[in-house]
Amino acid sequence: MEPINIEGSPKTPSIKFDIEKGILEIRGRSIPENSIEFYKPLVDWLDEYAKDPVKKTQVNIHLEYFNTSSSKCILDVFKKLEAIHKAKHDVVIFWYYEEDDEDMLEAGEDYESIIRVPFKMVEIVE
Amino acid sequence: MSFNLKEYYSNLSKGDVLLAYKGSITSDLINDILEAVEKKLEEANAESKLRKKIYNVLVESLQNLFHHIETNHEGIQEELDPKFGVLIIEREGEFYKVTTGNFVNTKRIKFLKEKIDKINSLTRDELKDMYKFILNHQKLSAKGGGGLGLVDIARKSGNKLEYEFYVYNDNYSFFNLTIRV
Repeated sequence: MEPINIEGSPKTPSIKFDIEKGILEIRGRSIPENSIEFYKPLVDWLDEYAKDPVKKTQVNIHLEYFNTSSSKCILDVFKKLEAIHKAKHDVVIFWYYEEDDEDMLEAGEDYESIIRVPFKMVEIVE
Repeated sequence: MSFNLKEYYSNLSKGDVLLAYKGSITSDLINDILEAVEKKLEEANAESKLRKKIYNVLVESLQNLFHHIETNHEGIQEELDPKFGVLIIEREGEFYKVTTGNFVNTKRIKFLKEKIDKINSLTRDELKDMYKFILNHQKLSAKGGGGLGLVDIARKSGNKLEYEFYVYNDNYSFFNLTIRV
């Protein structure tokens, strides 16, 4: 299957999958008014990907901002990853936050408490 | 006395205003406002933690307006753009104050009031639990709203949501929401 590759915009993040490294990266801002529309290609792609994932999938979430509409879609994405993990594949989520951004750290911890996938909180020090 | 929009807006615009807007709340307008405010906060040298909080609160406030605003204002004797809303951002001492205003149908007042009162009655930890519960159990509406906006605003600002409903006529009131960050 084709690796997903979506360009970023001022209101939406870039989404890229590096098949060699097994890294899915979501980076930028996620504040669209209609997040379902934006995240649908990723959710669909993950459905396909789940059928034959690489041995170890790493997911890097590198968001500067996300709105509450995106927060539900991000949860949907994590639920897809949870299913892959449950099927005995390695999945790990790296949640990046800037050093003074406690809100972003807390948001990551909220997901960590809901989703049964190993999370790693990564502080970005400038 | 019934609500007077002109008076309301001019009273609001008296402080140390960063940005004041009244008119249609569209997706493009939200982009423009976010960009302008981001620039102003940078110029004002606000610390990055505060900047992020204001930005987040602003995104949610504007998108709440965008998703929930009345598209028709029948019986309102004002010249209003469709999707009419008001936004004021000002500095007040050590706080930044984000105020939004919009006409709401009388039928929606009870729901809004109960929701905000509930949010205001919760502690920080309870708000976190409420957020997680809604996140995990409620579906997004077709419009993209998820019922999380106000909860998130309360969490990020760390302050109570201040609101007022000004009666305009039998069918409409003007809903004013103020958030201190």
